Amino acid sequence: MRESKLWSWHILSGVVIAVLLGIHMAIMHMDAVLEILGIGSGDPIRSDAVFYRSRQLYFMITYIILLAAALFHGLYGLRSMLCELSLSRALEKVIGTLCTAVGLVLFIYGSYVAMTVYRMGEVLP
Amino acid sequence: MNPVQAKDSEIIKTVIYEVLRYNPAGDRSPHIERYSVPVTKGMTVLDGLLWIKEHKDPTLSWRSSCRMGVCGSCGMFINGLPRLACNNQIVHLHSDRISIKPLPNFDIIRDLVPDLETLFQKHRAVKPYLIRKDRGEQDHPTGEYFQSQQELMNYIQFAYCIKCGLCLSACPTVATSKNYAGPQSLAQGWRYTSDSRDEGAAEREAVLFSEHGVYRCHFAGACSQVCPKGVDPALAIQLAKREAFFKTFGRHRSRPSASVAPPVQNWVPRTDIPKAPEPTVKAKS
Repeated sequence: MRESKLWSWHILSGVVIAVLLGIHMAIMHMDAVLEILGIGSGDPIRSDAVFYRSRQLYFMITYIILLAAALFHGLYGLRSMLCELSLSRALEKVIGTLCTAVGLVLFIYGSYVAMTVYRMGEVLP
Repeated sequence: MNPVQAKDSEIIKTVIYEVLRYNPAGDRSPHIERYSVPVTKGMTVLDGLLWIKEHKDPTLSWRSSCRMGVCGSCGMFINGLPRLACNNQIVHLHSDRISIKPLPNFDIIRDLVPDLETLFQKHRAVKPYLIRKDRGEQDHPTGEYFQSQQELMNYIQFAYCIKCGLCLSACPTVATSKNYAGPQSLAQGWRYTSDSRDEGAAEREAVLFSEHGVYRCHFAGACSQVCPKGVDPALAIQLAKREAFFKTFGRHRSRPSASVAPPVQNWVPRTDIPKAPEPTVKAKS
């Protein structure tokens, strides 16, 4: 069943978000703790630190995976909430299509940004 | 002792029944009417309603039948919770005011009579009966299906549902989403799908795993909390979700279907059991 697949991926994407967001939070907001542990790399929001991370292949892949998981998880959740408003079948389909379209556009745009910044490593010092 | 005919010496206290009244034929909107009801030992909320009907207002309407929590007819919203009126003693409510309204999430037919048509529609939709691939055996059985105690335990608690509608009236998702199948039908769908004698899981998927099926459950657990028979519909829904999850990722192990037991050989009827009387209603030929 289509809905079973969507829901199962919704659950799985939640787990992916929990892991990747955990890493993100650790790097971006727990720099003081990381410094104490001896694995810090200075201020994480300094422009050169941001560019350094973005030019790493594994960071670029992680960003794209997190983007895909967050978009799918969020938009499926939004669609689920809207479908609980006792709407007509036709309107539910429109909402589903709209969520898919918005998700795809944002994913393409976000991935393009991540890949562009990654490639900038070739031109930036 | 019949509380309706209680003597003065048997009255413990007096409570106020605040009953929602509504007659669509004459009333513009529902309104509350108050009745002073004498309470005797062991008196249930349903007994109080019977007393009102007998002594105060014969037009008061509700649905009830067995008076022992079996038929599921007398579901009402009593002191803020969906309950069976016959299953709750007045003294156990620990209040001198008994608020009684028809079950939420259903239309009102009259006074305390909810329109349960949606419950039965949703119940029918999940095909709540054993489905076998061999329709010949199903329609003209030649024997019993084998089933172990363990296989029985997989679904037995869900089989205690009496279709009273309390779970649907307690469910917050049903309150906002009319299309949601609801805990009663979903639990019954799972009850048959998890029965080892059943082979109709694929036929129930269209409802069970639809956009308005198990995935819309928020797991508030209100359905399980109010069920008068101890059924746990929330558990059934979570079990169905788990199966769907494993199926999606190919980790689902399908169970073998129960086979038909061969006819008993050399059976000798016991002579110490009296013969059943002839049926009073003759079968049509």
